[in-house]
Amino acid sequence: MKLNHGVKRAVALLAVGLFSAGQIACGADIVGVITLKGTPPPEKEITPLMENPDCAKMHTTTPTTHFYVVGPNHELADVAVSLKGVTGKSTGASQPPAVLDQKGCLYTPQILAIQTGQKLIVKNSDPCLHNVHATPTVPGNPESNQGQGPGAADLTYTYTQPEMFLRFKCDVHPWMFAWVSVFDSPYFCVSGPDGKFVIKNVPPGKYTVEAAHRKLGTQTQDVEVKDGDVTANFTFAVK
Amino acid sequence: MKANTVSKSNPWLYWFAVLTALATLALIGIGGLVTSHEAGMSVPDWPTTYGYNMFLFPINKWLGGIFYEHSHRLLASLVGLMTTILAIWLWLKDSRPWMHWLGVAAFLLVVAQGVLGGLRVTMHMDSLGIYHATIAQLFFVLTCAIALFTSRWWMKLERRPPARREENSADKQAVPEAGAPLRGLVLFTTILIFIQLIIAAAMRHQHAGLAISDFPLAHGKLWPDTSAEAVARYNAQRVSINAENPITAFQIELQMAHRIVALAILILTAMCAWQARGIGAPGTAPARMGNNSEPAETVPGAPIYQRLSLFWLALIVIQVGLGAATIWTNKAADVATAHVLVGALALAVGALWCAIAFRESVAAVCDRRTEDRRLPNPAAIGAQPAMTGNK
Repeated sequence: MKLNHGVKRAVALLAVGLFSAGQIACGADIVGVITLKGTPPPEKEITPLMENPDCAKMHTTTPTTHFYVVGPNHELADVAVSLKGVTGKSTGASQPPAVLDQKGCLYTPQILAIQTGQKLIVKNSDPCLHNVHATPTVPGNPESNQGQGPGAADLTYTYTQPEMFLRFKCDVHPWMFAWVSVFDSPYFCVSGPDGKFVIKNVPPGKYTVEAAHRKLGTQTQDVEVKDGDVTANFTFAVK
Repeated sequence: MKANTVSKSNPWLYWFAVLTALATLALIGIGGLVTSHEAGMSVPDWPTTYGYNMFLFPINKWLGGIFYEHSHRLLASLVGLMTTILAIWLWLKDSRPWMHWLGVAAFLLVVAQGVLGGLRVTMHMDSLGIYHATIAQLFFVLTCAIALFTSRWWMKLERRPPARREENSADKQAVPEAGAPLRGLVLFTTILIFIQLIIAAAMRHQHAGLAISDFPLAHGKLWPDTSAEAVARYNAQRVSINAENPITAFQIELQMAHRIVALAILILTAMCAWQARGIGAPGTAPARMGNNSEPAETVPGAPIYQRLSLFWLALIVIQVGLGAATIWTNKAADVATAHVLVGALALAVGALWCAIAFRESVAAVCDRRTEDRRLPNPAAIGAQPAMTGNK
């Protein structure tokens, strides 16, 4: 009986290993760096936050807006990168939930990307009440508005339709907002503070990579994925 | 409207109507603050407030945007109650049947307005906010009109004897009334102000902030570039603290329309003030507020047009200044709300002026009909002398 169980376990591990190897063999990564040319407009101090006693006590300095998160070498963060036109391949239902937190009367992160069918959990880590107001614009993604007090249960959202920059906001504290992009495939990511992005395990083929920034619009680039990784760099410009 | 129905003034009713109008103006002000602070959806439920009975919502929870939205709901409830009392009072105590129905109209409008405000929250529809804001202006005009119609001043107008005809006039035309040359202009200006308020409501309820952030130029030009590239550039340069929607070419054009209509209203109200100066002056039509034999200067209410026109012009000048300040302060909530309030006052002044000026016309027509019924018809006399004689 014990031996039987050990054999089963070994077979299962072998299957997982073979599946993973197959995945690696079948796909390559699309990688790149996103940079910003030009000087973005200065961010604004969120002074109303410091005028609110509940929120002010969670900050020592006045927070600012984060529309343009730019590194020392002009690396641009918070750009949603995806494969344009690739739909119907969502694995969202089997993915772990994405998390959007309300912390210090600010949404963290401010830019997030998920798949259709994937759970999005909205937490309230603050000792004050927020209302979580999701304002999608694509038909099929319902608008919702719910209060979430301190220590209240997490709220869970799932969207069935792909949508770029679906807005979450708090009307109690109108400076609080986040943008969630919903993709109908697992081939997407958001650029980090170093401007880098990686779209993993893309099957061989020709694709159009789309990079979208909330303020700077979208750019596209055609690539062909064969055996190895493919590089697609983007440069956005502030006019 | 039956112009010559005699009604006794009731000062209590009048002052209650004034109070209702003032409460409505305050309600519009708080409503303006709700939109200016982007707080319209800060209370997700209606008619309850975060699950509480609206009137029992703990005061320590009135924080951030909830303060504005909840205050708006409570004041709206008070205005609803006052309007209900006013409607019942008018029905029971005012002798004029048309005033009964005016009270009923006010009651129905305030109920509709309350439901619309609630639906805007529960149905998540920004566009309902435009109707909500527009009906608020109409309701304010209605409450002001009820206050005017219940005033002693208005009752005096109604009690005045019918207008006398010119004895020497061959065609027996009635003497032109004081407001006659201005009526069309005032009506047109008032309608334009109402259209302007609808444009303004549409602008505010796009929740996109300022579509044009400079004044008197527009994006640095007399007429802004609204091409897709230009709009993308404007959006890239906009950094706002609040979660505003990106601006569109339509919103830019809407604000340009708002500016042009504002200029037209300023010119029209200046024309009204200029023309009102001549009313009652020697060589012009007498200011007939009743008996034509009285000198214009001594007719009670004769200077009303001059005063009204100057007050109206002053309001519009202030309003233009507030409009500019709204842009220069990047839509500061208090400035933008003051802009909403003065707009409401400007509409009410125009509407009341129309009510006063057209009352003269309505009264004159009614008087003429009454007099015609009293006087024998010359044509009938010539055609049927025997019959008349037999009687």
